[in-house]
This record gives sequence, C-alpha cells and structure tokens, in this order.
Amino acid sequence: MHRVTVSMSELGSTHPSLDIPPLRSPKPNRVRRAWLRGSRREEQWLGFAMVTPILALLAVFGLYPLARTIQISLTDWDGLSSTFHYIGIRNYLKAFQDGVWWQSIEHGLIFALVALTVMQGIGLLLALGADQKIRGQSIYRVLFYLPPVLSGIVVAIVWKWLYQPYGGPLNGLLRAVGLSHLEHPWLGDGATALWAVSLASVWQGVGTPFLLFLAALQNVPEELCDAARVDGATRWQVFRNVTLPSILPTIGLVSVLTFLGAMQMFNMVLAMTNGGPGYATEVPVLHIFRAAFELNQFGYATALAALFGFMLFLVSLLTLRATKRQN
Amino acid sequence: MSATTLRIPLTRRKSRPRLLLHFGLATWAIISVFPVVYMLLASVQSTQQIYAGVQLIPHHLNWSNYIQAWGEATFGRYLANSVLYTTSVTALVLVLGTAGAYAFARLRFPGKNVVYYLILAFLFIPIPGQFIPLYVVLVKLHLANTRIGYILPMINASLPAAIFILRRFFEGMPREIEEAAMVDGASRFRIYRSIAIPMAKPAIAVVSVLTVLTVWNEFVLALIVFSDQRLMPLQVGLQTFQGTYFSEYGLMMAAISISTLPVVAVYIAFQRFIIKGIMAGAVKG
Repeated sequence: MHRVTVSMSELGSTHPSLDIPPLRSPKPNRVRRAWLRGSRREEQWLGFAMVTPILALLAVFGLYPLARTIQISLTDWDGLSSTFHYIGIRNYLKAFQDGVWWQSIEHGLIFALVALTVMQGIGLLLALGADQKIRGQSIYRVLFYLPPVLSGIVVAIVWKWLYQPYGGPLNGLLRAVGLSHLEHPWLGDGATALWAVSLASVWQGVGTPFLLFLAALQNVPEELCDAARVDGATRWQVFRNVTLPSILPTIGLVSVLTFLGAMQMFNMVLAMTNGGPGYATEVPVLHIFRAAFELNQFGYATALAALFGFMLFLVSLLTLRATKRQN
Repeated sequence: MSATTLRIPLTRRKSRPRLLLHFGLATWAIISVFPVVYMLLASVQSTQQIYAGVQLIPHHLNWSNYIQAWGEATFGRYLANSVLYTTSVTALVLVLGTAGAYAFARLRFPGKNVVYYLILAFLFIPIPGQFIPLYVVLVKLHLANTRIGYILPMINASLPAAIFILRRFFEGMPREIEEAAMVDGASRFRIYRSIAIPMAKPAIAVVSVLTVLTVWNEFVLALIVFSDQRLMPLQVGLQTFQGTYFSEYGLMMAAISISTLPVVAVYIAFQRFIIKGIMAGAVKG
C-alpha cells in the first residue's frame, strides 16, 4: 500500500497543477476568462465553507481556552466566584515551593525513563525480530498492538487485580514457585507502587514503538544492507552503520511521543492508585487536576499547566533537533 | 561421512536463530494477550473462585456476573452513552475532516496555510491541563454536564489527526481524474463528493477506526464535563463502578469485559487499517 501511494504522489507532482481549462476548450478567450473567474471564486467560496466549521470549533475549544490559560494563571481565581484578582506571577513562584509538584515531576521523569529504555528497547527488539522474513509476522503484529487499543481504565483495573496482595495472580505465582517471601502488596507499598504502575503502562505501551519501528525498518533500502554484507560487514556492523542511522529520525520521533505520553500519564494512575499511597505515585497532570477540581485553585492549576506544557515543548523540540537526519 | 558432518552444522546455523526468534516473539505475544485472557476467564467465574485462584480452564461457565452487570441500570446507561458519543463524534469528524482535508489539499483560498499549520500545531504541541480552561468555557456556554458539551470538544480534539491523515491521502491522489471532471464542467463540490470521497475510502476507513477507538477509550474530558451519572460514558462509569464494586471481582471483570469486547472486535475486524494507518503515518510523518 505504501509503495502505491508513493508512486501516486510522484505522479501528481510531476503533473503541473491545472487551474485553467485545457487549451482545447472551444470557448472564446473572453468567455473563458469569465468562466475562470467564476471557477476561482467558487473554489475560494467552497474552501472557506469547508474550513470554517473546523476553525470555529478550534477557536472556541482550542485557541480561546489556551489564551484563557495564560490569563487565569495570573489570577487567584477559585473557578467558582465571579470576582478574582490579578496577582502577577505569584502562582508561578508558588510552583517552585510546592514540594509535591516537584515530586510529581520526578515521578513523571521516572515513568519517562523506564518507558524510553525498557518499553522502547523491547519495542525495538521485537521490531528487529519481526522485520526478518519469518512466518506469522502479521499475527505477531496484531497481538503486539492489542494492549494499546485497550482503554487505560480497563488496563488499570485488570493490573490492579494482578497486583492484589490476597488472591492476586502475581503473588500466587511467587508462592507457587517457592518465592513466597517476595509476596508483596505491590500497589499498597509506597516503595513499589510507582514501579508497579510503570510496569503496567510499559506492558500497554510496547506495541506502539514496536509498530513505528517496524515501519521504519521496512523502509530501510534492502540494497544498502546487502551492499554492506557483500563488503564483509558483520550483522552487528550492518545494524550499527546502516540500519540504525536510517531509523534514527523515527527513534527521535518515537522518543518524543513516548516522553510526552509518560510525562502526561493520568488515567492509569488515577484508576490504579489515585496518586497514593501518600503521594508515592502523584504525577503532574493528576496534581494539576487536583489543584483545580479538588482544591478550587484554578489560578494555581493553570500556572502549573502552562509551566509544565512549556517544559514538555522545550524537551520535545530539543530531542527532534538532535535526532534530525543529517544531510 | 563428511557430507553428514557438513550438513548438520549448516542446517543448525539456519534454524537455531529462527527458533530463538520465534521463541522471543511468541513470549511477548503471550505476555500481550495474557491479561486480556485472564480478564475474560475471571469474568465467567465466581468471586470466591477468583480469590481461590482463577482456573485457566474453567470447569463451567458462570454467566451470572454478566447478567448482574447488565442488570445494573447505570452500567447499561454508560454503555448506551458510549455508543452514542462514539458514533456521533466519528460521523461528524468524518464529515468535517474530509471536507477540511480536501480544501487544504486541493482548493486555493486566502489564509489556507495559516489555518492548516494552526491545526497541525494542536496535533503536535503538548497542552497538559487544557481541561481546566476548557471546563471554564463549557460553564460559560452552559454546556457543562451536557452531551453537546462533550461531543463538540471531542470533535475538535479528534479533527487534527483526521485532517492530517486525510489531507496527505488527497494530495497523493492523481489529479487527472479530477481535472477531467472539471473539463466536463463539474463543480468543485461535485468533484469532492463524487470523485475524491469514493477514492479516499481506505483513508476514511483508517480515520474512522482510529476515531472510534479514541472516543470509546476517552476518559479525562468525560471526567470533567459530566457530573450527572446518567450522561457518563463507560470509561468514567467504570471508574465509579470500581469504587462501588471493587471487592466483587467477578462482577468487575464482567463489566470491563463488556466494555472491552467491542473495542477488541473492531480492532480484529479492522486491524489491517489500523496497523497500516499507523505504520504509514510513521514513515511519512
């Protein structure tokens, strides 16, 4: 399918875009120009008509809220009352003294680190394996991508049961293999809760980098690898010097997606631990959510959101820059 | 003699890595599927049985969990709401998305690029906590805790990805057919409706399936928009349900199985589109 679309777009681009009726048109010049004007006007009119509803939705539910974020973040608004005061950047300053906030950022970074290494590592290994000419490749693909299509809430509830201290299968398995001293309330203990949530999200997430890496691998020109092999390169050398450089842009893109996903994790944490025990699994978006809807600190919550969004944007930009194809 | 000694290492060298490869891939395949299978197995066993250890091959299927979950008035509601939100958002995303994508790909009008890049920016720039000002807007428009107040922002949130995929498809289509129709005097709209849309069916399938999955699984927006239980979709409903019934594990598993089966069915039926769509996006994106 991919090959076909490529050739189609090439076809389209070699052909100059036609805006005037072809020359064999029998219409005299003046009439033709009038027709052209009418057609151009119709084109513009239709273009506006097709884009306006989208733009209207974007303005009301995208742009306006974004602008309000900045405005609200400069106030002490509680989200309910009709009055509020502008307090400058005091909300932003407060963020720097909020210990739980930085703790939640740290948890986000741990999630991101585990996802970038373990999840992407497994994803890359599986993609390298499935990229070989082996039987059942499509079956593997379907099974690996099953967890990502499930909802975070469902995954959370199932894993919560897998981790149950009494009757849960994980502890049951440990007991069955004679490791009952390792039985543990995985989500109930602050020392293990974060890692337990992280593991569940890695399980759900592996399919996405797998699929994206596989797509990139299948796009590496076979001739390049063959040429390297003919020159006597070992498997590792082919991977290191041919395959890896050609999939580097994809690795960069996937890393950004993984990073953004892990840092903004919310559903699974809410459903599995609700940030607890204590603040052991508090994550940034949960902290923002709580500040707004539990503590009614809309001003402070939006300041945190703006700060956090800016941080994420910056890191993404730098990563994409660093892994851009060099040529 | 020497022939056999030669042949054995040769075949071994070929088959051992292959076997190892299958072993590795199959291991992860089992890990991927196990929790889902476990959920389904637990859903047909009584809670006491589950606590005693789920039987991997159940002696008899106990459907009472399903009957009980289904009988919960609220649960049936959540399910119906999810169906309603998913179908309406997907339908409107397709109507608006194909139109917009076609305009961006084929029509010339002032401001086109500015608007397109604005939409793309919303696809790529992370906006955590956007739900707070969105909630403020919904309250102001008297749309908080209404179905419309959920459907409209969901359409807005799903449109950028849909437009991105569809526009690229329209741009890849050969222009000759559309030009021929233009020569025959067909209007632009006619060309869009009768030529471009039918040709874009594969891309439309990708967008529909991806939108269905996104809306069905959406949680955060529904959490802040709805305070009335009767309006909530499944994901938020399950979170509430979990609070009430967590110790009744059989019931919980039946409830999440019911909410997951449609997704798995859609996925298996359309996996070709989903996987192709995501893989194509990765290569060209």
